[in-house]
Amino acid sequence: MSKSSQNDRILVLGIGNILWADEGFGVRVVEEFHRRHAVPDNVTILDGGTQGLYLVNYLEEADRLIVFDAIDYGLEPGQLKLVRDDEVPRFTGAKKMSLHQTGFQEVISAADLLGRCPKHLVLIGCQPLDLEDWGGPLTQPVRDQIAPAIELACRILADWRIEVQQRGEPLVASERLLANDIDHLNYEMRPV
Amino acid sequence: MGIQTPNGFNLDNSGKRIVVDPVTRIEGHMRVEVNVDADNVIRNAVSTGTMWRGIEVILKNRDPRDAWAFTERICGVCTGTHALTSVRAVENALGITIPENANSIRNLMQLALQVHDHVVHFYHLHALDWVDVVSALSADPRATSTLVQSISSWPLSSPGYFKDLQTRLKKFVESGQLGPFKNGYWGSKAYKLPPEANLMAVAHYLEALDFQKEIVKIHTIFGGKNPHPNWLVGGVPCPINVDGTGAVGAINMERLNLICSIIDQLIQFNEQVYLPDVAAIGSFYKDWLYGAGLSGKSVLAYGDVPEHANDYSAKSLKLPRGAIINGNLSEVFPVDLANPDEIQEFVVHSWYKYPDETKGLHPWDGVTEPNFVLGANAKGTKTAIEQLDEAGKYSWIKAPRWRGHAMEVGPLARWVVGYAQNKAEFKDPVDKFLKDLNLPTSALFSTLGRTAARALESVWAGRQMRYFQDKLVANIKAGDSSTANVDKWKPESWPKEAKGVGFTEAPRGALAHWIRIKDTKIDNYQCVVPTTWNGSPRDPKGNIGAFEASLMNTPMVNPEQPLEILRTIHSFDPCLACSTHVMSPDGQEFAKVKIR
Repeated sequence: MSKSSQNDRILVLGIGNILWADEGFGVRVVEEFHRRHAVPDNVTILDGGTQGLYLVNYLEEADRLIVFDAIDYGLEPGQLKLVRDDEVPRFTGAKKMSLHQTGFQEVISAADLLGRCPKHLVLIGCQPLDLEDWGGPLTQPVRDQIAPAIELACRILADWRIEVQQRGEPLVASERLLANDIDHLNYEMRPV
Repeated sequence: MGIQTPNGFNLDNSGKRIVVDPVTRIEGHMRVEVNVDADNVIRNAVSTGTMWRGIEVILKNRDPRDAWAFTERICGVCTGTHALTSVRAVENALGITIPENANSIRNLMQLALQVHDHVVHFYHLHALDWVDVVSALSADPRATSTLVQSISSWPLSSPGYFKDLQTRLKKFVESGQLGPFKNGYWGSKAYKLPPEANLMAVAHYLEALDFQKEIVKIHTIFGGKNPHPNWLVGGVPCPINVDGTGAVGAINMERLNLICSIIDQLIQFNEQVYLPDVAAIGSFYKDWLYGAGLSGKSVLAYGDVPEHANDYSAKSLKLPRGAIINGNLSEVFPVDLANPDEIQEFVVHSWYKYPDETKGLHPWDGVTEPNFVLGANAKGTKTAIEQLDEAGKYSWIKAPRWRGHAMEVGPLARWVVGYAQNKAEFKDPVDKFLKDLNLPTSALFSTLGRTAARALESVWAGRQMRYFQDKLVANIKAGDSSTANVDKWKPESWPKEAKGVGFTEAPRGALAHWIRIKDTKIDNYQCVVPTTWNGSPRDPKGNIGAFEASLMNTPMVNPEQPLEILRTIHSFDPCLACSTHVMSPDGQEFAKVKIR
């Protein structure tokens, strides 16, 4: 296991579209991670949404990356999978129909092309159950994996000698990662 | 056995059917089906999308002041532009005005998005429709150097630079188990650039990749939180404190200077790299002037970039507003988004239900009730559609029409409107671009014209950013540091019922949100996005949409490699709701092709 020096910059990133059911897994994990835990200054916790190439500069600035995302590895819905370093998929799709298909694979590939990809990559993925329910919540099997995904990330950060602390006081709403009614609890207030 | 459409196309679906379908988790996310004749010329085109309009359901009963945060999530590429459209809709409904500084800052953010999107679109999506990456590997770096130096004063142009880059590219292509640029139709005869031009374009692909990160910083500075900037009904959320040094989020001189230097860089990149590249590539495709579609017939622009805060009249808008129909460029009609007779959406060929589907509905009265049924002659099943039946319902995209006309929106539409209005800032650059390539004005109405308009607009937007940056700084120096108006922030101050419309020109075209507010909550919210216009299916009268029209009569070199279809569809910079980034272990192809 590679050890982290105190100076390594670490990015903990969640990606996905919260409007599209289990697509929102990665974002909901970082949201909850940030609500529960305080991290040292060299760690950035980021809600990356579906931002594609906008995320390249965050990757460039990181020595180590942990990314949460919905994955399609043909597993049972709700199954977590840990993928590391060279096993994390990276490629540039030339035949896509739209820029809106810029996947995270391409963001990694782009950072790689620029010669500035993080040295260590960790993907914590969850196999989704439902990706088609526009406006829908996370499904139960995927929601159940938020806590285990956070624990897995904490173990990896501990391996990297990063001290993650449980927050003593609950984080006030204005300090949370997502606000304006799109935080997990309020978002899932489904309209009557 | 063709069918003549009211908007002037002769459809014949008797020939071989080609289905181009991006492979995503969601069936038919955006898909194109065409019929070709014996000479492989496209004689019928059908485009479908799955942008199910669920956002409207999600927003019901929410606080209108939060709507921007939801619409910002529709898509990761159009992030800011949906948020801006949303706050404008709420301000319009509630009669909220914004300070002059907020207008300048919003314009700067919107224009930065234009430049970012245009540059990224060209280099990272569209260029590969014209540029053969594999051919770049066999280029002579000296010839590339000579070529670049002949078209631009851009400093990165030595033979050594291109040689190093070529070596890097080779290493990269050979290294990964998958490699970048996988799945291209490399080697196709539809590619016409010589190797040295291909190498130039690949070099600039990498430079653009590096440079686009700088542009984004403007959003970080003004929007605070990134990558999802904050927005605010009544202004912008960033305070101005010019003398401040450390205040978190506040705009100070240091940050204004940083923005200034980014604007300088993007103006230079636009003028020395992007536009010359488009002209150089265009010079090899002068005989490929397909893809006109509706661009020479019916185009629509809402306009954007208000000179003065709160003045959204056509006179104040620096990006032009207007509608042109039936190819008559001598008459530009005014456009009123609040007029129930102008913009209407039809669903006769869309997977929705209206009480009377022969009629369209204005978005304020819009209904979004899904009705997923396939036409009688569709092949396959609902979960695995093999072939659509365009005589029935065939798309999740509604069919918006302006006074009954199918319209193209986007950079080319904006520039055609500006050109027809005889505005020198739009007309002169178009005339110069075409003259340099020795092409007639009619050549503007093409896939190449759409691509050129985007590059010209990027140049224009960079200069406008300089203008609004200067205006902002002058206003601050004159003592005005106001960025938000909170007079009507409290819902108690709102009327019991209100309705409004907010609009922008998103990079890919006219965008508007219509809102109805009742008892301080959202009662109805309808987004008509640029791809709703361009990707629309047929309407009750049989008019085909802009994507469909643009593919008509295009000859294909090889139907199994639908490069021509992708090239033209890409030129619209189509928008799909973002959900397709789901990681999978293999490099899945992004488009599969079936021939029936």
